[in-house]
Parts: sequence; C-alpha cells; structure tokens
Amino acid sequence: MYLKIPNHFINIIQAWIPILSLLTLATFSVGLYFALFNSPPDYLQGDSMRIMYVHVPAAWFALASYSFLSFSCIAWFVFRNPNFNLFAKSIAPIGAVFTIIALVTGSIWGKPTWGTWWAWDARLTSMLVLFFLYAAYIMTWQAIANKELAAKISATLGIIGFINIPIIKFSVDWWNTLHQPATISKLSAPSIHISMLTPLMIMTFAYLLFLITLFLIRFKIEILEQKISRAKNI
Amino acid sequence: MQKMNIKVKKRLITILLSMLILVIATLLITFNLRDNIIYFYSPTELQEIIIDKKNIIRVGGLVKDGSYKYSEETKIYNFVITDLKNEINVSFVGIIPNLFAENKGVVVEGVAKDSSSITALKVLAKHDENYMPPEVIDALKKNGKWQSE
Repeated sequence: MYLKIPNHFINIIQAWIPILSLLTLATFSVGLYFALFNSPPDYLQGDSMRIMYVHVPAAWFALASYSFLSFSCIAWFVFRNPNFNLFAKSIAPIGAVFTIIALVTGSIWGKPTWGTWWAWDARLTSMLVLFFLYAAYIMTWQAIANKELAAKISATLGIIGFINIPIIKFSVDWWNTLHQPATISKLSAPSIHISMLTPLMIMTFAYLLFLITLFLIRFKIEILEQKISRAKNI
Repeated sequence: MQKMNIKVKKRLITILLSMLILVIATLLITFNLRDNIIYFYSPTELQEIIIDKKNIIRVGGLVKDGSYKYSEETKIYNFVITDLKNEINVSFVGIIPNLFAENKGVVVEGVAKDSSSITALKVLAKHDENYMPPEVIDALKKNGKWQSE
C-alpha cells in the first residue's frame, strides 16, 4: 500500500473549504439556538447544564482525533510512507484545542455543580494527560530538525499515547471518580431526555463539520509545506 | 513487491507485539496503583483500609435520607454517607454546594476519626449521568414512576 496524494487534490480541498465552513457555521447556529433557547433546563442543575452541549462533543472529538493520529502513526510505521504523517500532523493541533475546550468548559461547569474547579480524579487527570500527549507530539516535530528522526520519535509517541484513550473512556467505570459515568453509551438507552438529546446531536454534528473543515485547511498547508521542502532539497 | 510485503509484515508484527507489551505494562501499573488512582473510598472500602489520622482522605457515596442536619449554634453540618451497606458520619463547617441533597451523590474530603466518622474540610456534590427537564420529573412523580435512587 503506497499512499500517493495526487497533484490536483489541493484544488479539490480548496473548493470544499468554503462550502464546509458555511455548513459548519449554519449547523452551529441551529445547534446553539436549540442548546441555549429551545431546550429545557435540567431539573437539578438548571441552566448550567447547557455547558454540556459544548463540553461533550469537544471531549468526544478530542478522543477521536487522537485515535486518528495514532492510527496514522501506526500506518506510517508499517508502510513507511511520509504521507501518513501528514494526517497525524494535521489533526494534532485541532485535537489539542478540542481537549482544551473540554477541560475549560468542564472546569466552568464543575464549580457550580461539584463545588470545585478541578479534582485530581482519573477522568480529569487522564484528559489533562491527553493534552500533554498532543503537545508533546506537536513539539517533537518543531524541536527536531532532522525530519526522518522527528518522524520516528513522533510516531512512537503517537502510538504509545494511544493507551490513554481507553483509560479516559473507561476511567469513570473502572475507578471511583468525581466525574459521572457516560450518559450515552451503545449498550443501553441514553439517560437523557429527547428534548436535550436533540441539541446535543446537532452540536455533535456541528463539531464534526468544524473538525473536518479545520483538518482540510491544515492538511492543505501540510501538503504545500512538504512540496516546498522537497523543492528545496532538489 | 514480494520483498516489500515481508518488510511490511515484519513491522506489523513488531508494532503489534510492542502494543501488547504496552497494554500489559499499563494494566500492571494501574492495577497496582488502584489505591492512588481512585478519587474516593466508599464507606465499605473505608472499613478495609488502615486509617491514618494525619492523612487527608476522601469518602463518597449517597447522602442518607433524613440524615442532613445543621446546627445554628455551632454552625456544623452533619450528615451520613451510605453505600447501602456501610455508613459514615460526616461533620462539616463551611459552604455546602448547591446541588448537595439527600439521596444524591457526595464526596467529602477530610480527616477520618475512625472507620465510621470523618471531619470534612471540603464537601463536593457528585452529579449523576441523568439529564431531565423539570416538567418530565413532575409528570413522572405524578404517575408514581419516579424513583429517587
């Protein structure tokens, strides 16, 4: 398997970016309207539960982005095709920002709900570790001038870091944590009312579009940078 | 092409083996550090550990129905944390979070006097995973279908 990025691919990405940006904006508008105005407050938390509509999708896609990064690293390790690194390099800063969003909104929600901004429980700590893993991955590429060496070290980091993903996901089931267990899981009916599930799903879709848009922008830059560095080497 | 495939296969095996070792290592670490990873003990777990009166520990569970009391004179809050098997008495001076309620989750941080009482320095409300609009709760209560856990 040799992944080759065709030359006209940049033009296709270029054409899709404005369309996807508009779609993202539209979905966020609808989602936020439902989340902030057209949905009921929670019987216990009141209006502060609305932070959940921003917090939960950010956390989901922070995990999904890291999984994508890890699998790109594995693909690079096995097939040794530098184009796989472009996927990982493109998604890393986006995932890092989503992790920050999840941590910050969680903290803002935690103060009125739990009574504390931060707790060193397994879920919160492993999520913070996820941010450090993203940061370490990005910094490896920045710090090491030899790109072949940088590819090796960053891929190792990206693969090792994957172990954190199931730890984050199942931390609330394996250990006593302050963070509550998952509301929505595949095995059982969600313990959230449909009037609140709808805005959450719209927001999740908006985040997905946002993620794809940002990814394509970053991916385009990575392809161009690779072309420049190759041209310089010739 | 054939040679390429052998190389790819080798690398695939290498990576799968290293990931397996990584998983085993992580499992060993997390199992052995369980006491450090858990955020709080349940009242039952508290019976099983040796209590160091100098150390701050956390205990969590449900606030027992009818156990929540406040004394105007001493400004002390008293309540009982239960995991439906064992119970622990809590006394606390300070600010109780808004979502604190009987029959709801709570985590307290403080110094245990013995395995059945603790002086809390901090009280945190533990939220559950259920989200419901108030009208739905009212309707469920009317029908008698609502069980407060």
